[in-house]
Amino acid sequence: MITAEGFGLAGMIASIVFTATAGDVLTASAMRQIGDLDDIRGVKGLFGAIVAVVTNLRFVSGVFCMALSFFSLLFALSHADVSLVAPASASLTFVSNAVAARFFLKENVDRRRWMAAVCVCVGVALLAR
Amino acid sequence: MVHSTMNARRYLILAVVTLTGSFGDTFLSVGMKHLGPVSLSHLDSLLTALRNPWVLGGIALLIGFFASYLTALSWADLTFVLPATSLGYVVVALLSKFWLHEQISLLRWLGILLITAGVGFVTRGPSFTEHAKADPAPEPVSAGVSRAGQP
Repeated sequence: MITAEGFGLAGMIASIVFTATAGDVLTASAMRQIGDLDDIRGVKGLFGAIVAVVTNLRFVSGVFCMALSFFSLLFALSHADVSLVAPASASLTFVSNAVAARFFLKENVDRRRWMAAVCVCVGVALLAR
Repeated sequence: MVHSTMNARRYLILAVVTLTGSFGDTFLSVGMKHLGPVSLSHLDSLLTALRNPWVLGGIALLIGFFASYLTALSWADLTFVLPATSLGYVVVALLSKFWLHEQISLLRWLGILLITAGVGFVTRGPSFTEHAKADPAPEPVSAGVSRAGQP
């Protein structure tokens, strides 16, 4: 039976997973836009590489989403049990990232990567209990 | 193909991501246990945590984690970097057992096994998707991935 608390819990976990995925995909996309950091550091030095990253709009939006995800986790932890919310959101994020990377970053998520995402997802869920 | 190959230095950076992340989390955990429970209604007590050397060390390690994670993302796919560095969860579990003396149940060992298997899967495949115009990512013949509909 699905209760109102169940819906609330699912909603809280969904918002953590959604904002975490948006943060990861936006930062990954920013790094793709900026290019190989090793090359940039070779030309412009460490400070130049840092400036290239922190002035990138996608990077800033990604970090903003990561912060949102962190605060949704804090909010969820004040309403629900840590041993459920933390592993559930951490492990689901591996799968949602694989889906989002496939669609938004056009990464070649082959069978091998799906297996990896699912194995890590289940593994993290078991480990974090 | 210039950016698609992993070399020893890049594997080293993935190892740095894994180790700084897991040691950073464990240092934070040690520091916060020294501090005692923090209530959500008294978040200002978190400021006193910044005076704890374990917490400061943990934050420094996590800054190193983020820098090396971003470096890895600049030459490898997100769906490669995330599973490849998930061994960090295993390192955290092993640190909790041998340093913090927490129990590892049978289910947790199973989790460790699954994560290790996932890392094995992903690191044997390509690390980077080339976005050439007509030709999809070139892959080694041994990759064994079927591409339905591709000539």
